[in-house]
Amino acid sequence: MSMTDTLHDTAAQTAEGLPDKGGPAQPLLIVKDMQKYFPVRGGIFGRTQAMVQAVDGVSFEVKKGETLGIVGESGCGKSTTARLLIGLTEKDSGEIIFDGQGVGDSLNLRDLRRGVQMVFQDSYASLNPRLTIEESIAFGARVQGLSDPIGRAHSLMERVGLAPERFAQRYPHEVSGGQRQRINIARALAMSPRLVVLDEAVSALDKSVEAQVLNLLADLREEFGLTYIFISHDLNVVRYISDRILVMYLGEVVEVGPVVSIWEDQAHPYTRSLFSAMPSMDPENRTKTPPLTGDPPNPINPPSGCRFHTRCRFVDTVCKEKAPALRELPGRGGHCAACHLHDPDSGHDKAGREDIW
Amino acid sequence: MKAPLVEIQDLVVRFKGDRTVHAINGLDLTLQQGETLALLGESGSGKSVTLKTLLALLPPKRSEVEGGIAVNGTDVRKLKGKALQKYRGGEVSMVFQDPGLALDPVYTVGAQISEAVMRHKGVSRDEAMSTALDMLRRVRIPSPERRLKNYPHELSGGMRQRVMIALALACRPRLLLADEPTTALDATVQIQILLLLRELQREFGMGVIFVTHDIGVAVEVSERIAVMYAGQIVEEGTTSEIINNPRHPYTQGLLAANLHDVARGERLNAIPGAPPPLEERPTACSFAPRCPIAGPECRASLPDFVTLAPRRRVACFRALEAAAAE
Ligand SMILES: Nc1ncnc2c1ncn2[C@@H]1O[C@H](COP(=O)(O)OP(=O)(O)O)[C@@H](O)[C@H]1O
Ligand SMILES: Nc1ncnc2c1ncn2[C@@H]1O[C@H](COP(=O)(O)OP(=O)(O)O)[C@@H](O)[C@H]1O
Ligand code: SF4
Ligand SMILES: [Mg+2]
Ligand SMILES: [Mg+2]
Repeated sequence: MSMTDTLHDTAAQTAEGLPDKGGPAQPLLIVKDMQKYFPVRGGIFGRTQAMVQAVDGVSFEVKKGETLGIVGESGCGKSTTARLLIGLTEKDSGEIIFDGQGVGDSLNLRDLRRGVQMVFQDSYASLNPRLTIEESIAFGARVQGLSDPIGRAHSLMERVGLAPERFAQRYPHEVSGGQRQRINIARALAMSPRLVVLDEAVSALDKSVEAQVLNLLADLREEFGLTYIFISHDLNVVRYISDRILVMYLGEVVEVGPVVSIWEDQAHPYTRSLFSAMPSMDPENRTKTPPLTGDPPNPINPPSGCRFHTRCRFVDTVCKEKAPALRELPGRGGHCAACHLHDPDSGHDKAGREDIW
Repeated sequence: MKAPLVEIQDLVVRFKGDRTVHAINGLDLTLQQGETLALLGESGSGKSVTLKTLLALLPPKRSEVEGGIAVNGTDVRKLKGKALQKYRGGEVSMVFQDPGLALDPVYTVGAQISEAVMRHKGVSRDEAMSTALDMLRRVRIPSPERRLKNYPHELSGGMRQRVMIALALACRPRLLLADEPTTALDATVQIQILLLLRELQREFGMGVIFVTHDIGVAVEVSERIAVMYAGQIVEEGTTSEIINNPRHPYTQGLLAANLHDVARGERLNAIPGAPPPLEERPTACSFAPRCPIAGPECRASLPDFVTLAPRRRVACFRALEAAAAE
């Protein structure tokens, strides 16, 4: 399906949701220099002892109709990024622009939440155990004052593969994990969102069920002209579903670009390690040496300069002193990386060399 | 051939309670000395219960066990008291997804490992402590002397996993049972632990049963794979036989769902439905309701194993037909 079809659908399907304001060229979401530090309290007075730099200067864009995958190890700030986007966590600083409108000035939080929905990993925790499935799905639509909430709930249940006559009156604990995740997806869609943020939404599912839910997500994206931010630690899943991938390390974006370009040639040494750490699927060619040693460092006191320098095999003096900026790689379709190796003027002794990889 | 290290014959495990769960339904398994086998299956397929049965860890009041379980010639179901204690942690030990299950938060790492060594090997405290130090070195913990004095909570996730492995191997068991020990770890740490286990297995020559739901993990650690579904093994073979030439429709579905070489955006060949609830003992192929090639015989009776080659078996009525049609 082409981008234009998607956009056409968007216009039709969002009749009751937020209207398309900015037109096709306007990115649906622009995030600029977003920051969130969490205080770490301790001692007998519970005073702030340090700050967790959970998200530190994160910027990216999501185009209309595309799927942006976010990857990185646990604690790198993926969930915090997601929560900041929908205002579940308050940002320290930075700008969020949804379809051309600044969140906080021309767009208030209530309207933003109509446009952006989230699906979490824990399918159980995000459902009210005392509501029937039908009520759970209808709830948001009711709150938003949308027409015919129960009718909407039933047609969405149908759409996510849960027959209303069998499931409408059941409770969350009476269905399987895969079915609960379908309920969560239906519940999110009941709000007619334009952007759906899926935070490890398939990670707790068994592989065979995961495949069913991925098929469903692909169908819904097409049918409702949705835009996704898909967060996962599973690179295979992210590759399958995403158009572009964003890689985070200790609260920062280290690489972002079209999935094909990143798959063919990872530009950042961390991304490369992450890819080499994927288990081999070839018994004749098993992994011989782990790409990295040790655990990721603590985001409380992240390393100076490039935060990856303590684990990087290309580390040079400049890496310890100066944080590399995210730079576009020439001729790679918008593929960017934050590494001194890709900046010819950085002073890194191997900068610009192709033969070191 | 030498006597196998593990021999499980027609194992049946049922849990009693508000409702009965038929967790294991006629499982046969043989592991030779020094072999590494992955038990691969989705959640609820009976992987953990199989390992617990091998360690005699099931709750006696709530579970019913039938069948034969021998480890190194010992009938595990007859072990009691001292003999059982000696067996657990001496002959056989286990590592878990959550190191909290194996490590005691109130003792230092050194105290825990040396205590286990003293108990099983009857050596002095000093000797046991030097074994502990040696084990921390072998699992590649930096500054091992200092780490001996650490409490488990003072270590990072990957480090705790290494300590648990050191504890499990300190008494040189012949059999290591690993229950998804890397599932909660990050990718870059997981691969370190997998390669470490592979190396230690070779060094110590022990047999390993490694439980996982992740095919990639199974490929990295094991030479053989047994695929589990609804409390039974449905297919077994060498890792390369299972990966390159899966015969059971369930194994084929799992491999397709792994997304490893699926083109982007292509529709996934997902196995429909979900595993059966296990409320009754299966009387037909448990996979039949989800199987794309199921016929009437699959819904009428239990498939026997078809032996395709020595130690290569598939429990499917249509495995031979499907193979012939190719
Ligand atoms: N509410 C909070 N209070 C304190 N620290 C937090 C909070 N939420 C997240 N963090 C910390 O922020 C960092 C990033 O967390 P998170 O965004 O959840 O990472 P990810 O989703 O990538 O695993 C972690 O170190 C985490 O412990
Ligand atoms: N102590 C128990 N009491 C009742 N049911 C149990 C118990 N332990 C496991 N089961 C059930 O046995 C089946 C197999 O469980 P398990 O071996 O843990 O699966 P897995 O393959 O995910 O490790 C599941 O249906 C589980 O709910
Ligand atoms: S900037 Fe330096 S330390 Fe950071 S990834 Fe690049 S080479 Fe490695
Ligand atoms: Mg998270
Ligand atoms: Mg288990």
